[in-house]
Amino acid sequence: MSAPSIGAASTERARLGAWSGAGLGLGVLWLSVLVLLPLAAVVAKGIGPGFWDAITSPAALAAIRLTVASALIVAAVNAVLGTLVAWVLVRDSFWGKRVVEAVIDIPFALPTIVAGLVLLALYGQHSAIGIDWFATRRGVLVALLFVTLPFVVRAVEPVLLALDPEAEEAATSLGAGPFTAFRRIVLPAIAPAIASGAALAFGRAMGEYGSVLLISGGLPKASVASQYVFGQIEDDRYAQAAAVSTVLLLISVAVLAVLGEVQRRAARRG
Amino acid sequence: MVSTITDTPPVVAPPAAGTRVARPRRRRFVRYLLRFVAVAYVAALVAMPVVVVAWRVVDQGWSVFWDAITAPDAIHAYQVTAQVVGFAVVINAIFGVGMAILLARYRFPGRSFLNVLIDVPISISPIIVGLALVLAFGWTTGWLGSALQSAGIQVIFSMPGMVLATTFVSLPLVLREVLPVLEEEGIEQEQAARSLGANAVQRLRRITLPTIRWALAYGVVLTLARSLGEFGAVRVVSGDVTGQTQTLTLVVDQRAEQFEPGAYQLSVLLIAMSAICIVAISLIRPREER
Repeated sequence: MSAPSIGAASTERARLGAWSGAGLGLGVLWLSVLVLLPLAAVVAKGIGPGFWDAITSPAALAAIRLTVASALIVAAVNAVLGTLVAWVLVRDSFWGKRVVEAVIDIPFALPTIVAGLVLLALYGQHSAIGIDWFATRRGVLVALLFVTLPFVVRAVEPVLLALDPEAEEAATSLGAGPFTAFRRIVLPAIAPAIASGAALAFGRAMGEYGSVLLISGGLPKASVASQYVFGQIEDDRYAQAAAVSTVLLLISVAVLAVLGEVQRRAARRG
Repeated sequence: MVSTITDTPPVVAPPAAGTRVARPRRRRFVRYLLRFVAVAYVAALVAMPVVVVAWRVVDQGWSVFWDAITAPDAIHAYQVTAQVVGFAVVINAIFGVGMAILLARYRFPGRSFLNVLIDVPISISPIIVGLALVLAFGWTTGWLGSALQSAGIQVIFSMPGMVLATTFVSLPLVLREVLPVLEEEGIEQEQAARSLGANAVQRLRRITLPTIRWALAYGVVLTLARSLGEFGAVRVVSGDVTGQTQTLTLVVDQRAEQFEPGAYQLSVLLIAMSAICIVAISLIRPREER
């Protein structure tokens, strides 16, 4: 905390003044009222004497298990297919590529309930192609894959674009095949991006609600944790809702921590 | 199998004539295969379902579409949604720009913690967001409930709660676009203006806003799209009362779950709004990267 020299002062961050201090106070107050206080209320309500019973009730356990398993599958599928899509979008060129590029953004912009309805039209009871995954885990998985599609693609694309082709060319000229070149040169470079994209997809899938709602039909065997929590809220069982929410929050925090670590390592490597 | 010497590209060192024909053909096959898998996956997951819904709406005809989007509950939902989205966008734009300026230009204890904290809302399940607001502001359920009730302020099951929920889920979107631009720009210009006697409002208008305008525009569009689509958190805090506290997404859900007509029609309207947001994003993005 040494005082900055005159020369360095222009690039260093300034000390807070009266106005900026008041602004910071206001911002922190807003953040506390909007985010911190409510989340603290959830954790305080959740971690009570009934916490263990609430999260180990068969219905809660089934919902948490389905959610975690689905989110893991979603992260894995995204890591593989998301990378593949990013690769094709960066390295290949074909008629209609710009359309595919635009379609990738749809899941981010589309309201989740609309995403669910739209998926129902193709994978529900009145499917246009005769696939009925209504009220099945497969249906839930499709909804989660839909909303998480852009994460890995958008994380990997810029890294692939920035990748110097020389290393790959050198590898192939030294006798490496395209697969070896990919595995040894490209993959290590894009691995942090894949990991962070997959972690984001995992986190999103853990908390997803709107897109899953319609295709799961609200049946217990295909209900995710968010749906379970919503059911508890509707029945005024706030303690149970808060207990399961606390578990989900803990998982979210863990994912954020892993993500931060991955990014820190990637940054260190340059 | 793949790392044999025959895989050497002919450009660099032409191998024996026999292998030269076989290898590019196999490589082309792999390229077509990857292309097919990528396009098929994106088509089956996103493009086809959207097209099917759009086609069904067209199939049912213009008058059905018009009736569905001009139904009284839909009209009321437009007004509610416009208010909620308007408040959320304005609040997050002011908070995002203000906080980005503080984080980029000032040092204070807890700065990096704050930087992490701001990202938390977007990774939380919307249902938990709703529950959290109910447990904080609900009259009978919340920590501040009795105080709010005696003051006569209803947050949950009314407009303020819906605005809070929507603001919560889209909190960092403006800030995350603006902050990197401010950090890259540095503070020399700002300090020069300050030493020449420009006051805070002048510096904001002449230096800061022109620097961040495209990032701000991008962040606002992202916030707009996210707020328009918010469903879970608003469903919990609004009480989902038809004709009173229903946003557009809640009406779509009600029509879909109750098999009322018009869910597809309203969805197509929302898809069109999303499409406009995507187009806006694709126009702003290149300007921002400049």
